[in-house]
Amino acid sequence: MNSVLKVDSLNVSYGKYRVLENISFNIGKGDYVGIVGPNGSGKTTLVKALLGLIPFESGSIHFGNGVETSRHKIGYLPQIAITTDSLFPAKVSEIVEMGLLVQKKFPKILNRQDKERVEKILIELGIEDLKHQKIGQLSGGQQQRVLLARALVGNPEILILDEPTSALDPKIRADFYNMIEELNKKRKVTILLVSHDIGSIGQYTNKMLYLDHKLIFYGDYKDFCHSGDMTDYFGFETQHKMCWQHGVHSHSHAPLKTELTDLKLVGGDEQ
Amino acid sequence: MILEAIQYGFIQKALIAGSLIALSCAFLGVFLVLRKFSMIGDGLAHVSFATVALALLLSMSPLLLSIPLVILSSFLILKLNEKANLHGDAAIGLVSSFSVAVGIVIASVAQGFNVDLFSYLFGSILVISDLDVYLSVALSIVVIGVIVFYYHDLFAITYDENYAKVSGMKVEFLNYLIAVMTSITVVLGIRVVGTMLVSSLIVFPAVTALQLSKSFRGAMTIAALTSVLCVIAGVFASFQFNLPTGGTIVILNAICFAGAFTIKLVTNQ
Repeated sequence: MNSVLKVDSLNVSYGKYRVLENISFNIGKGDYVGIVGPNGSGKTTLVKALLGLIPFESGSIHFGNGVETSRHKIGYLPQIAITTDSLFPAKVSEIVEMGLLVQKKFPKILNRQDKERVEKILIELGIEDLKHQKIGQLSGGQQQRVLLARALVGNPEILILDEPTSALDPKIRADFYNMIEELNKKRKVTILLVSHDIGSIGQYTNKMLYLDHKLIFYGDYKDFCHSGDMTDYFGFETQHKMCWQHGVHSHSHAPLKTELTDLKLVGGDEQ
Repeated sequence: MILEAIQYGFIQKALIAGSLIALSCAFLGVFLVLRKFSMIGDGLAHVSFATVALALLLSMSPLLLSIPLVILSSFLILKLNEKANLHGDAAIGLVSSFSVAVGIVIASVAQGFNVDLFSYLFGSILVISDLDVYLSVALSIVVIGVIVFYYHDLFAITYDENYAKVSGMKVEFLNYLIAVMTSITVVLGIRVVGTMLVSSLIVFPAVTALQLSKSFRGAMTIAALTSVLCVIAGVFASFQFNLPTGGTIVILNAICFAGAFTIKLVTNQ
């Protein structure tokens, strides 16, 4: 497999409290991985460790083929909450240009090609009309597109999204996921998407990484759905619901009492 | 009136040093206000009260002694914030109140220099010495140069510090750089408006600019223009109407803020 990220025996603790224990996985080029798990299971901690925002106790994280590469190869899209300050004086174009300027050595000046790249990404994400707008005055969905443009303008190999749609309404959320899926297919960008919404991201991602302090499952949805171990861990109904959203039937053919009614509980915001 | 005033050497010195210090304060202020660290200016000003008292006690140049000591205090605030898990405002409160206490004790024990100390409390740009002018001009140019050089990095950490870290920026270095620049600027600012009012030179132009600007560059430009114009107008007004210069400058800044806020309300930006 053409690996772009390899995590080996990763342990992360906050003080004496072990948050992640012996996590190992390998992500290939072009994978679209959903990182899921219950609240407090260590999803955001894993992302922070991958991004170098927190130290880890032991283990290793390597980007590329075993060689640690520059973090410039990573695009990062945070939760929407950080951009809500309507007084922050920044135009959309300034935010997107930041994605290129952080990669440059001194003097940090954008050349003509850079400016064309900014224009191109704004057009690609359908926000070219907003480039002179103040970011704090845009809607949540528009702001998230701007931050996605900032993450993509530097041509990252991996895009890491930390609950990117938690503050968005269901319609905009679905549009956003569709856009990410298209990027994955067209640009072959490897995507790691953290979400608490296991039901709905299953429609878009092709691999699942289920965390609960330990790595419970990592692999294709099909494998998850056909795994007897996972049936034992989650119970048949829960496994079936997760798989149904992804369009894969679980291996067991035990009769289901309710299907569609219960599914609404899984993807709570789905309409 | 302006032509008459500008003939005087002390007015020329006040305008040159004051404008450059105002420019430094305005540029830094935008970053500090947006990072919700604007009170660090106030805290470091309180520290400078103690360092000025110490300098007067030791018969040293208050600026020369204050700059390194205030820089060390700013590092202490950052360390308390990082290591002792104290919030920024609590760390500033601890360091500034301790410094004021030290300043009061020194002033009380030493006596005899209370008039000089008073001039540092409320500013005295019209009686600035040649050495202070040279220092102010040189250090202001350094501060402005550093801010211009690191503009994009400072913008990135101000907007989203985690993103800057992920992108490989030396965020800790930049935070310490801002602390050093703020310390120098605060010490220089006490010559213009005094320790009591120096934080207003940092905060007012920035918040005025935030009412009006859509872009970061625009905010820096508006803050710089407002700050420099208020210092120039304040120097002339205080000369003409025999008013305290520091207080006049701050009142003009407050008027600019009120104007910008009204414009924002009217235009519903």
